[in-house]
Amino acid sequence: MPQSIQLSHITKGFGTTHVLQGIDLTIEPGEFVSLVGMSGCGKSTLLRVIAGLESPTEGQVHIGGVDVTQDDPSDRNLAMVFQSYALYPHMTVRQNIATPLRMRQLSLRQRLPLIGKLLTPAPLRRAIDTAVAEAADSLQISALLDRKPGQLSGGQRQRVALARALVRNPAAFLMDEPLSNLDAKLRAHMREELVSLHKSLGATFIYVTHDQIEAMTMSDRIALMSGGQIAQVGTPDQLYHAPATLTVARFIGSPTINLLPAEADGAGRVRVFGHDIGLTTTARGPVTLGVRAEGLHDAPQGLRLTVLRCENHGADRFVSCALCDDDTQRVTLRQSAPTPGPAVGDHMQIGIDARAAHVFDADGNRCRTQACQQVAA
Amino acid sequence: MSVTRYIPHMVLTLGAGIMLLPFYWMGLTAIRPPAEVFDLTLWPIPKTLAAAENFTQAATSVPMARFMLNGVIVCAGILLVQVVTAVPCAYALAKLRFPGRRLLLATVIAALCVPMQALALPLFVGLAKAQMLNTYFAMMAPFFVSVFAIFLFHQSFRSYPDEIIDAARMDGFSEMDICWGLVLRGSLPALSAFAVFSIVAHWNDLYWPMIVITKTELAPPPLGMLFFSDAETGANYGALMAGATLITAPIVICFLLARKQFIAGITMSGVK
Amino acid sequence: MSTADIQHSTAVAKRRATTTPREARMLRKGLLFAAPASLLLVLIYLLPLIMLGGFSVTDYTLGALRWNFVGIDNFTAAFADPVFMRALWNTVLYALIVIPCGIFGGLGVALLVHARKRSRGFWEFAYFLPVTATLVAMATVWQFLLHPTLGPVNAVISFFGAAPVSFLGNPSLLIPTLAMIGIWQVIGFNMVLFLAGLTAIPQDLQEAARLDGAKNPIDRFFTVTWPLLGPTTMFVTVTTSITAFKVFETVAVLTKGRAGSETLLYALYLEGFDYSNTGYAAALTLIFLLIVLVLSIGQTLHLEKKVHY
Repeated sequence: MPQSIQLSHITKGFGTTHVLQGIDLTIEPGEFVSLVGMSGCGKSTLLRVIAGLESPTEGQVHIGGVDVTQDDPSDRNLAMVFQSYALYPHMTVRQNIATPLRMRQLSLRQRLPLIGKLLTPAPLRRAIDTAVAEAADSLQISALLDRKPGQLSGGQRQRVALARALVRNPAAFLMDEPLSNLDAKLRAHMREELVSLHKSLGATFIYVTHDQIEAMTMSDRIALMSGGQIAQVGTPDQLYHAPATLTVARFIGSPTINLLPAEADGAGRVRVFGHDIGLTTTARGPVTLGVRAEGLHDAPQGLRLTVLRCENHGADRFVSCALCDDDTQRVTLRQSAPTPGPAVGDHMQIGIDARAAHVFDADGNRCRTQACQQVAA
Repeated sequence: MSVTRYIPHMVLTLGAGIMLLPFYWMGLTAIRPPAEVFDLTLWPIPKTLAAAENFTQAATSVPMARFMLNGVIVCAGILLVQVVTAVPCAYALAKLRFPGRRLLLATVIAALCVPMQALALPLFVGLAKAQMLNTYFAMMAPFFVSVFAIFLFHQSFRSYPDEIIDAARMDGFSEMDICWGLVLRGSLPALSAFAVFSIVAHWNDLYWPMIVITKTELAPPPLGMLFFSDAETGANYGALMAGATLITAPIVICFLLARKQFIAGITMSGVK
Repeated sequence: MSTADIQHSTAVAKRRATTTPREARMLRKGLLFAAPASLLLVLIYLLPLIMLGGFSVTDYTLGALRWNFVGIDNFTAAFADPVFMRALWNTVLYALIVIPCGIFGGLGVALLVHARKRSRGFWEFAYFLPVTATLVAMATVWQFLLHPTLGPVNAVISFFGAAPVSFLGNPSLLIPTLAMIGIWQVIGFNMVLFLAGLTAIPQDLQEAARLDGAKNPIDRFFTVTWPLLGPTTMFVTVTTSITAFKVFETVAVLTKGRAGSETLLYALYLEGFDYSNTGYAAALTLIFLLIVLVLSIGQTLHLEKKVHY
């Protein structure tokens, strides 16, 4: 039964450093939420707090509306897939997958090594065997059930770890960078499989990753973390098209968003190196203008650029340029590949699509903007 | 909750108390006058301090200083020869090819299982025939080759990169220079651990000295302690404990100073 | 196999067959480096073992001018000798007490110490100290501690109202008392080995077990800790049993074999070096060696694997 997870004001400090600083987040039943951010941003700690492996200094964790902050990890009915998979090396795949069931369904006496087996009633044993077979079947690892983890490839271990997680119906699945030990091709494949697994189970997934592409492609919602705080929670589209802060804007999207110094005059008109781009904002004074590669277009009167590098991606082409006004400033623009591309050293002029541009104030927060009539410089 | 949290500490404290009680009692008795020796209080400060009398008696009724000196001579001699013989052998096994290499390695591993006590009898007969009982040589000779050292250094030397050895050969290093100057230099932790193991083992060894030494002036500390406790049967516990303290102190002090190396060195003997 | 391969492999074979001067030098160096240790191995291990085998089938006594071949008489005599059989039984009894208590004591202490963070160094020191201390000196201290009237241990027993126990006077208590001191000395050693084993267990596995529902520490112990400590436990069992069968110092200091408290090594010592029954003692030594070899055979095979891996 998928459950909601509610985090209220979670704080976690180790000594004087605060790894988590007041996290509030609600995850709906059946939702796929990614916790994403640079290493050290607190995402793994937050996951461990949800799992109960760390207890928060302050704040509460609610699962399905019940406060579980003081509960042991084993009482939270959560399943976790670890980065290292954490398979028990001495057990066969079958025993590994059966462990969560044995722990929950058998009494302490029945779990004892050797004699425990004799004390377990046959129907119970059969029920566990069936559940294990079903879980293995759904991940296509039925053929591996009698092997030990040491005899498996990375991708197979990953599947065993998933099977161990889904063999019981947990309130939610917690995944700590589960794909980071796989090679690029397998990772792309497992991404798809995880998404379809999420669909078919309808379960709540919390997925920790440092890879924004994983987060963007898989999640219903993303919580982007930075410095122990949540910088923004939203759908992948919201984070991409309406980043709340500079941090979010920089983290999401590939190639990285173009950021240019700009100036908002007394009326809030934004100028970039003296060019009016037809945008007004609520901020005044020096601001940062953010615009993605696809928000730039050729314009005879626009900013002058020198082409530094051309990267061909098949259908698209990314052109890296330096600004002629200030050659320490770089921008990347996207062009359709069929047209012949510019050569290195060529000059070009570009305009900024005002509706695709974001303005960030000195503190890095996004300001409200409005497109308006462009005035020639 | 708060009580159960401290149960591990309480159990550990109780256990450590038993572990340390003999040391405490030894130190305490060593500084007590005879009148207070049978006082059962654990209070650390005796009413009258008799450390000087006890230690003087321990040092004069038997040649305690001589025992300690013998211990130092024997341990140093054994360690020196063990390192001198084991290091080149381990280097040859790990990095050189020569006929009989595998046989030698197999012999070393097989010899690891043979305890010294099994060899004592023929070695004793041999030394007796050679009229060499009651000498430092007799006390040290059986330990001149340490298969444990060869094994340990072999394992450690094997991980030394071959490229560096080849480069050194091209630079004109002799094989001796490479063995002692480069490869051993890279295995100093193994060397220090082995030194600790060897010194502790031979400082504390009673079996072999008891077989080949009958003269008091050649006795190493444990044998000297045995002579001393026989001579002092029950009469003067203060002096007896002072003697025990003197004999135990060097190793315990070294342990205090280098806990990590000590534990590494002694647990290594586990493979023996 | 292509012709190029064949040509290549014959070239390699040729190079192997005719050693270059450089390789010949290396072979000479290898022999030279291994020579001192090899010579000593022959003198200290090989020759004595052959002599031991030789002695064991004779009635040789040290200093005697004549000796006779007696076949396996020494061995049959050993198993008919009440003193030796008593020593053997005493040693087995000693081992039966020391091995389980030493292993599970060491494991218990290691589990407790492993969970401590700041105080770990102190506990390691306290429990390991008996391992390093000179056992002869410490046996003397134990003698005093366990003294029926003067020692503090009996003072505690009396304090609780029980009758004083004559640990080193009552013949039936001698071996258990020696075993107690043996446990005291071996626990720290085993603790350190178990601590190394515990440190090698990935934290992830413990956490996975908790999420899998192993709330009870006993469950986590049986699911993760104990199985993963398997190799360590094996190793500890071997070393502890060999140590137990080699018990000597405490006997030499505390009982001197009185009241039928000889152990294997002490009986061996008396026969070989006190009574100079060399032939008979050689037979006893071979029995002792056989026991130690049986105990360490698995360990040796494991070591060999480590060398050749």
